[in-house]
Amino acid sequence: MSPASAGVAVQADVVSYEDDVIRKFVIASTFWAIVGLLMGVIIALQLAYPFLNPPLEWFTFGRLRPVHTSAVIFAFGGNVLIGTSFYSVQRTCRANLFGGRDLANFVFWGYQMFIVLAASGYLLGITQSKEYAEPEWYVDLWLTIVWVAYLVAFAGTLLKRREPHIYVSNWFYLAFILTIAMLHIVNNLAVPVSWTGAKSYIVWAGVQDAMTQWWYGHNAVGFFLTAGFLGLMYYFIPKQAERPVYSYRLSIIHFWALIFLYIWAGPHHLHYTSLPDWAQTLGMTFSVMLWMPSWGGMINGIMTLSGAWHKLRTDPVLRFLVVSVGFYGMSTFEGPLMSIKAVNSLSHYTDWTIGHVHSGALGWVAFVSFGALYFLTPRLWNRTRLYSLQLVSYHFWICTVGIVVYISAMWISGIMQGLMWRSYDHLGFLQYSFLETVDAMHPYYVIRAFGGILFLLGSLIMVYNLWRTAQGKLRKEAAFGEVPGAPGILPAAAE
Amino acid sequence: MDIVALWDAVRPWWVVWMVLLFGAIVFWAVRPKNKRRFEEDAQIPFKDGRNGG
Amino acid sequence: MNHKMFERNVVILAIAILITVSIGGLVQLVPLYTMEVTIEKVDGMRPYSPLELAGRNIYVREGCYLCHSQQIRPFRDEVERYGHYSLAAESMYDHPFQWGSKRTGPDLARVGGKYSNEWHVQHLMAPRGLVPESVMPGYPFLAKKELQAADIAQHMETLRTVGVPYTDDQIANARADLAAQARGTTGDVEGLQGRYAKAVLGDFDGNPARVTEMDAVVAYLQMLGTLVDFTTFKPEYGRR
Repeated sequence: MSPASAGVAVQADVVSYEDDVIRKFVIASTFWAIVGLLMGVIIALQLAYPFLNPPLEWFTFGRLRPVHTSAVIFAFGGNVLIGTSFYSVQRTCRANLFGGRDLANFVFWGYQMFIVLAASGYLLGITQSKEYAEPEWYVDLWLTIVWVAYLVAFAGTLLKRREPHIYVSNWFYLAFILTIAMLHIVNNLAVPVSWTGAKSYIVWAGVQDAMTQWWYGHNAVGFFLTAGFLGLMYYFIPKQAERPVYSYRLSIIHFWALIFLYIWAGPHHLHYTSLPDWAQTLGMTFSVMLWMPSWGGMINGIMTLSGAWHKLRTDPVLRFLVVSVGFYGMSTFEGPLMSIKAVNSLSHYTDWTIGHVHSGALGWVAFVSFGALYFLTPRLWNRTRLYSLQLVSYHFWICTVGIVVYISAMWISGIMQGLMWRSYDHLGFLQYSFLETVDAMHPYYVIRAFGGILFLLGSLIMVYNLWRTAQGKLRKEAAFGEVPGAPGILPAAAE
Repeated sequence: MDIVALWDAVRPWWVVWMVLLFGAIVFWAVRPKNKRRFEEDAQIPFKDGRNGG
Repeated sequence: MNHKMFERNVVILAIAILITVSIGGLVQLVPLYTMEVTIEKVDGMRPYSPLELAGRNIYVREGCYLCHSQQIRPFRDEVERYGHYSLAAESMYDHPFQWGSKRTGPDLARVGGKYSNEWHVQHLMAPRGLVPESVMPGYPFLAKKELQAADIAQHMETLRTVGVPYTDDQIANARADLAAQARGTTGDVEGLQGRYAKAVLGDFDGNPARVTEMDAVVAYLQMLGTLVDFTTFKPEYGRR
């Protein structure tokens, strides 16, 4: 199966890439980002001010929360992943997309339909109640079909590539696609009550269902939000920085270590539960080991800039990409820490977990996605540069402050509530009623909502900027950064 | 429960197997002989036949 | 020792990825699927009664698990606050499990019997009417909606196909049992109690004329954590 051109370096032949569908993915990503963030702000406010739960059944916290998580993870994140993977796989293979426009469009519209079917179901109370796998059986089946089409388009492009080596970003994307397929199918095995109804019962029961769910749940993080976005990182950071990845060897070790270790980490979501101890211990051990490949990847991403740090001053898009890797490093340090049973006994069931998720989701996933969207828009719409780099910089700072506000509030509220639950007075009685601990959360829920609003505002600036860019407008502004005339977002030809 | 018996039989070996496999990957990745080709592979994103795109 | 095949050959790369990511799952999941090594032997566990099952489905539908766990960890403070730590056996008939991952509200694994039916109804209607500090949404619509459970026997049959040991007798009497439990006084109450030990009877929502979703939810809440007979339970720590 080795391509005929093996070993022959074909340099600058022009391939006609299938980019029309990627424009659609960029638009969809931006749209769903705003929807997902807005839903997040709404449910954050509902926790701070519970009267915002209307007495209408469709808009209570319990029904909106899966809309938020699915919209940010699967709608925003998923569209970014599929779009960027289609973009980079064509270019790193120097081949146009397998299946052409039709298959790509099927994947696009099929995936949007999955999102709409899932989200409308949540509002109507149709849910399996498995976190991040809420859609019922009929939506799961539809997603399976779309996902297979995605795999065919992606792997087919790899098969017909004209570049002998498969570039490492494609390894990560391929692992993401395959593993998500496996997780999705096993975790969603269910028997419908009737073929004409939405309700089904999952085949797994109790402790087995819990283990299967968090095997899925943690690896949705590991392979959707990590491996997939690492594929993005390994293509877009080198492109934006105009330098090859710091160490290609490290990326290979990073890849195998990450995908092997991640899959074991699920049981750390079930510490001290009725799950057998041996499984908890395995989960903890692998979670701690996972720190190493994670930081290997972080070093590789950040050090790609070594010798070119000055670019961070002049290129706010690169700033998004590099800071995202910094956040990745931070949350992949926090994660193993929280998987240690003693720490977990405090953090579990509290807002600390929520803060941890958001430092990863906002700091890593959203930031690296924003960087990619800023990279893609001028190129896909054939514009010389972004409408405004100044606005990118505003977006960056507003969102960064938003994240810091958000995760600090959740650290404090999480650790505080965990400590309050377990504190005893001098007579040996529990010191606080549960309600007192709920009451104590209020100020932090307000602060958290404020952080979320900042993040949403910053993202709206991005939408405006991308929209003007697509229109071909250029904002009149001084050259960004200190080097006069430097920031051309479309660089001169790579060396 | 055949699958359980199989699992019990395999359990002591998977660690050994994975360590060996991982060792082989690391060996291959850091082998001086392969240095140059990895540097070439890392250039793939810049060989897309387009100016900056 | 030629790793070239991985990066040159998509199919081999894909197979290598699948093997690598399968191992963890196989080692962790497969042994759990054999009940004998995972679940304690306890007395008292039974499948949900039809009304409890309908209530549980509403609990799932409303996303209650997003704020309430049903899993008490073996810590002094949790055991004092919520009761005996949760056993794997207690969720052995749960499709899906409802252990939860966040306690915005308190754990509900043993909430059954802690409050009166009236308290639950008032609390679900308007949480801050009873508990001013609460951040829980109100669910007044539960009391207005007639319980749609004409197909409850079909639900129980589906559960039987995934392993819940409902008997033919239980399935045949599903709708009658549901009505009897929700009215509390009329119907074959004795038969119901024979089929479902400890089933809490009542007209839960205070409206004997109708069986509402509120009846079902409260029936479910009132049985949570009440089934296992802890007087005969012996923890075998060495086993896990």
